[in-house]
Amino acid sequence: MDLNEVFVAIFNFEDYGQLLPLVTNSLIAGVALGLVGGLIGTFVMLRDLAFAVHGIAELSFAGAAFALLIGTNVVFGSLVGSVVAAVILGLMGKRARDRNSSIGVMMPFGLGLGILFLSLYEGRSANKFGLLTGQIVSVDTVQVNLMLVCSAVVIIALLAIWRPLTFASADPDLAVARGVPVGKLSVAFMVLLGLAVALSIQIVGALLVLALVITPAAAAMRVTASPRLVVLLSVVFATTAMVGGILLALGGRIPISPYVTTLSFLIYVVCRLVGAWRTKHGRVGRTALPVPATAP
Amino acid sequence: MPATEPPNRQAAAAAAGSAIALTDATLAYGDRVLWRDLDLQVRPGEFLAVLGPNGSGKTSLLRVLLGLQALNSGTARIAGHAVRRGSRDIGYIPQQKAFRAGSPLRARDLVGLGLDGHRWGFRLSGRPFRKRVDELLDLVGASAYADVPVGLLSGGEQQRLRAAQALATDPKVLLCDEPLLSLDLHHQQAVSSLIDGQRRRKNTAVVFVTHEINPIIDYVDRVLYLAGGQFRVGTPEEVMTTAVLSDMYGTQVKVIRNEGRLVVVGLPDATTHEHGGHEDGED
Repeated sequence: MDLNEVFVAIFNFEDYGQLLPLVTNSLIAGVALGLVGGLIGTFVMLRDLAFAVHGIAELSFAGAAFALLIGTNVVFGSLVGSVVAAVILGLMGKRARDRNSSIGVMMPFGLGLGILFLSLYEGRSANKFGLLTGQIVSVDTVQVNLMLVCSAVVIIALLAIWRPLTFASADPDLAVARGVPVGKLSVAFMVLLGLAVALSIQIVGALLVLALVITPAAAAMRVTASPRLVVLLSVVFATTAMVGGILLALGGRIPISPYVTTLSFLIYVVCRLVGAWRTKHGRVGRTALPVPATAP
Repeated sequence: MPATEPPNRQAAAAAAGSAIALTDATLAYGDRVLWRDLDLQVRPGEFLAVLGPNGSGKTSLLRVLLGLQALNSGTARIAGHAVRRGSRDIGYIPQQKAFRAGSPLRARDLVGLGLDGHRWGFRLSGRPFRKRVDELLDLVGASAYADVPVGLLSGGEQQRLRAAQALATDPKVLLCDEPLLSLDLHHQQAVSSLIDGQRRRKNTAVVFVTHEINPIIDYVDRVLYLAGGQFRVGTPEEVMTTAVLSDMYGTQVKVIRNEGRLVVVGLPDATTHEHGGHEDGED
């Protein structure tokens, strides 16, 4: 394969107009996932849960692989896997240190189980690979509907607990003192995170979930500290990466995940550069007023 | 928690007008009694310092008042009501704890959480909300960095925001858990005079848990000293003496007074070290 062939495999826009209607389902799913990933990502960053996302993704993969093996709905299998993982993590160590070691223990176990189930599976090998590294553009209507319902659940639930969850994530000591049910919110959030991870796996695969759940929010936080703007940018970035990835992948013959992760990464790099430039030029919002020594 | 009536009419009358009233309060973890039969009334506008070594139940006392920890016996009331979680009558200033550099919150957002962070849903903030946040920022002298990400603020600046959060509900009682820990001298003075100003203006009762009485010694009306399962209440002159502290610790302790400052020498436990971490270790 020479370079030109490689290029054609990656970028091919022949018959684009005819292909586009075929991926309507994927595009709808992509927008929903962009919304979910962007919203939940801001809390993942605020609660320092990036590693947990990875751990949940591996158990979700095991669930999906098992579903594939016994011939049931793969989305359902991965939902079960990741919600179980998320609840276990939510109930276990509240401190980041305890949590990280339990994730470290859980992750290879999940991955190992998944590989076991896939080895036993005798169907199409593309199905196997897709769970880990993402699908080639194809999502059927049943899957899309299930994904849309789950996305809606996650988004509505997140909006309902938005303010106390922000409080509990940013400032748990004070939130407890103010009567916020910090522990229950933590478990509730982990369940929502589990759902979001399971959904993302359907498109970008277990190994690349972070590109959808972490990178957009991390990029947004590089350029602003306004909570509203962070959420807005994070959603815009995630959706851009998803939809852009699907559209770029359309003509080529490789999965969409490389496109999604690359777009996501490029957005992050640009945001980092912008953030670094702004810090260098002192644009952090401090006004020139002298800080009074004591309160009036 | 069992509700027992105050033992006599006099105590009941005293408790009625109190910002804080503890009656026959006992707290123990298993066999370890932190304090027994603690009777304490704090008047509105009074500044009470709570002192004692690690593990003597200072932080636990605050947890009781916050409704996070049940008493083994006795009652605890805030502004005439039994303690409960999330009471609007209480403002709470925790120990300074650094925010991560990337936290997506500005100073004003942190103060805003103190106002309505406990409510469900998301905020459709209007002008009254922004105005109240601006007032609070102004009150603690934090207006200049209202839009700065919290992760970029110094420890002292963050503690001013904690004070603004705590004052958001116009509380009747201000509970402070080592709020000066790891602050430099300048910010220690700024934060403690801020707390003092609030109780003078609004008649807020202050309970101030600390390792070190000197930064606040000019403001303190009374001291609650906890040590060795015992307690003493009184003015600093009454409690912070060689005789009283030696008796409580059961060993010879010396209190030295010098130009309005107090130095306690010979404590069996290093009670004056600056970085106690999360003290008491019982939660």
